[in-house]
Amino acid sequence: MLRLDRTTYDAIVAHAKRDHPDEACGIVAGAEGSDVPSRHIPMINAAGSPTFYEFDSTELLALYKDMWARDEEPVVVYHSHTATEAYPSRTDIGLANEPGAHYVLVSTAVHGNSEGPVEFRSYRIIDGVVTEEEVSVDDTLLAPAEQ
Amino acid sequence: MPIEVRIPTILRTYTGGEKAVDASGATLSALIDDLEANHPGLKDRLLDDGDLRRFVNVYVNDEDVRFTGGLETALNDGDQVVVLPAVAGGA
Repeated sequence: MLRLDRTTYDAIVAHAKRDHPDEACGIVAGAEGSDVPSRHIPMINAAGSPTFYEFDSTELLALYKDMWARDEEPVVVYHSHTATEAYPSRTDIGLANEPGAHYVLVSTAVHGNSEGPVEFRSYRIIDGVVTEEEVSVDDTLLAPAEQ
Repeated sequence: MPIEVRIPTILRTYTGGEKAVDASGATLSALIDDLEANHPGLKDRLLDDGDLRRFVNVYVNDEDVRFTGGLETALNDGDQVVVLPAVAGGA
């Protein structure tokens, strides 16, 4: 199960809506080994595409160095699908390289940039095997400090 | 002084769980051969058909080697090498 605080959940949804029709992407870092997502880091989709996302390689290194310095790891890796359901594509599965992470997919296919619900789902992707898991948005969890 | 190579989580099965290993080589290509000698299987995860895999990033002293000569990038003792898989995907 993925447990997320409300502030982080809302921020991920807002990011996905803002970048629609391009795919939005980012991570939520957390203390190494904790499985607690506590620091939301929206990333720029260097591909700038409605069907692909990729972190810029220089920003990717900066992101990981920052996490290493804080003894953090990526707890959530998220991106949006803007025309399809919130299920990992073959490409997503093939490129899932963080076996410890929760892979979150948000679909903005129905409402785009507008108000309205999104599909928000989470998966484990390990050695090409996708396992969906429950998402629990917890209003009582403390909101993480904004950067 | 050896060259420290930072290994991403997904490839630590090849390094006995180590986050970083020491290796040597005058170029990135030679370094990868040296890595392979001590951690068999690693090379295939980095290279495809003799070139760096599209979705594997390698940095030497914080510079993406795609901009510094790829596998021919020169290395010196004390350099820091980081391997990071791309974070990417698509609908």
